Amino acid sequence: MNLNAVLTIYIFEMRRFFRTLTQSLISPVLSTSLYFVVFGAAIGSRIDEVEGVSYGAFIVPGLVMLSVMTQATSNASFGIYFPKFIGTIYELLSAPVNFLEIVAGYVGAAATKALFIVVIILITAFFFVDIQIAHPFAMVAFLILTCVSFALLGFIIGIWAGNFEQLQLIPLLVITPLVFLGGSFYSITMLPPVWQTVTLFNPVVYLISGFRWSFFGTADVGIGVSLFAIALFTGICLAVIWWIFRTGWRIRQ
Amino acid sequence: MSAIVQVKNLRKAYAGGFEALKSVNIDIEEGEILALLGPNGAGKTTLISTICGIAVPTSGSITVGGHDTQMEFRAARNLIGLVPQEINLEPFETVMSTVSFSRGLFGKPRNDAYIEGILKQLSLDDKKHNKIMTLSGGMKRRVLIAKALSHEPRVLFLDEPTAGVDVELRKDMWEVVAGLKASGVTIILTTHYIEEAEAIADRIGVINKGEILLVQDKADLMAQMGQKQLRIDLAEVTPEVPKSLQAYNLFRADDGLSLTYSYDTKGERTGITTLLNDLQKAGLQMKDIQTAQNSLEDIFVGLVKETS
Repeated sequence: MNLNAVLTIYIFEMRRFFRTLTQSLISPVLSTSLYFVVFGAAIGSRIDEVEGVSYGAFIVPGLVMLSVMTQATSNASFGIYFPKFIGTIYELLSAPVNFLEIVAGYVGAAATKALFIVVIILITAFFFVDIQIAHPFAMVAFLILTCVSFALLGFIIGIWAGNFEQLQLIPLLVITPLVFLGGSFYSITMLPPVWQTVTLFNPVVYLISGFRWSFFGTADVGIGVSLFAIALFTGICLAVIWWIFRTGWRIRQ
Repeated sequence: MSAIVQVKNLRKAYAGGFEALKSVNIDIEEGEILALLGPNGAGKTTLISTICGIAVPTSGSITVGGHDTQMEFRAARNLIGLVPQEINLEPFETVMSTVSFSRGLFGKPRNDAYIEGILKQLSLDDKKHNKIMTLSGGMKRRVLIAKALSHEPRVLFLDEPTAGVDVELRKDMWEVVAGLKASGVTIILTTHYIEEAEAIADRIGVINKGEILLVQDKADLMAQMGQKQLRIDLAEVTPEVPKSLQAYNLFRADDGLSLTYSYDTKGERTGITTLLNDLQKAGLQMKDIQTAQNSLEDIFVGLVKETS
């Protein structure tokens, strides 16, 4: 195991993050605040409690998940796409590192960045709503798992992308709709029965539901199912990345 | 000397079916400078990329320091430094951080003193805190060399280190390469400048269309180049070379209007004066005289033409 290489990639990526800290933080904090103002305060004040929780508090886990997923994905996809774009990837390919080490460095850094942003968003949330966390350890575990799994997805997107437009394509066209339709702003029990069934095919439902359970102790689907879903998703992403490095798809000639 | 890099029956075909390397065999001796000479698209970069791990070989084997580049990729790659043809650098990083990054990637612990030593050797020490984007093209190329040397490799691949570089910088680069050789690094460089191979290499390899056409000591090649030809145009057709001139091994042109004499410029006596005297005695009337010299370029062009 080339631990030095993992740390080198990780620190290099984190330095890039801290160099642009203000712009990295301002945008997610601002957009989350807007969600709270619009959905939590303006519209939320007209909505009764959902599953025994005020609507403002109910949307917190969903909003946090929205940020975690988009941030982890975009950080990781940019992290590996940039060396590909400017050509410095030659160095990764000719260095004595294997796929796990490269992934650990890039995905670790992307997940850490997402985690940073989420902590700031959570602090922002506390300014807007009164919120209790029922299972803090489970919440942290869910956060970390989601950060890692979506950073893995972002890594795949970064390797697949042939230009900057494609880099934005999957987060915009797939992740955002899945998160919005995955119960970020509503409980899936509020949907007509047919749509409840359809929703169950959206993997994000399980993540948001599990995360919400760690806040309020109630969930749309069982916590065990949520954990299984996230483990399965992580496993699939890892398998795809292993295949990418094994075949050299889009990276090695 | 023993071979530090051994390439055996290496073949590389791309997905479209294009065969970039056709059964390449080459041994690179420890401590030498080998120049790989070839026209654009000859397979120089593909050969280097395949040895360094950027491209996957279709078949054949490569060992570096006795380690197979596929099976023991860590041990093999630890010995290799690669300076790519394109200037691929992160513009916003400083010289020091990008060179340290390369060292870390190869698993070596941080060693600022060593990195500073390399930067000094490459005359980059006063630029170590500068961002890459502020450096000139020549300086950037040096940064690429510093990155390649950061993990103390034993073999350095320089892919067209002087492509698009002005004459002065090219000479500068040659000095850098000579300095690296003196520090014990084996160097393989690709170039399509013949004078570059002539100026710095110990051995010269010629590659074209994915095949190694020749690998020879530069000294031997230069000896071949020491040969000159003297062509004597005659006023009248001579049906054959007169018997009195047979000792000169003259070559008679088909039309009988010229005779060519080959001689060694480095020899004490070239035999030109006696030949001219003997020609007169034989009654041949000369119309014109001209000399021509074999150059590395002639050899190179000849080899490349043969394969085309």
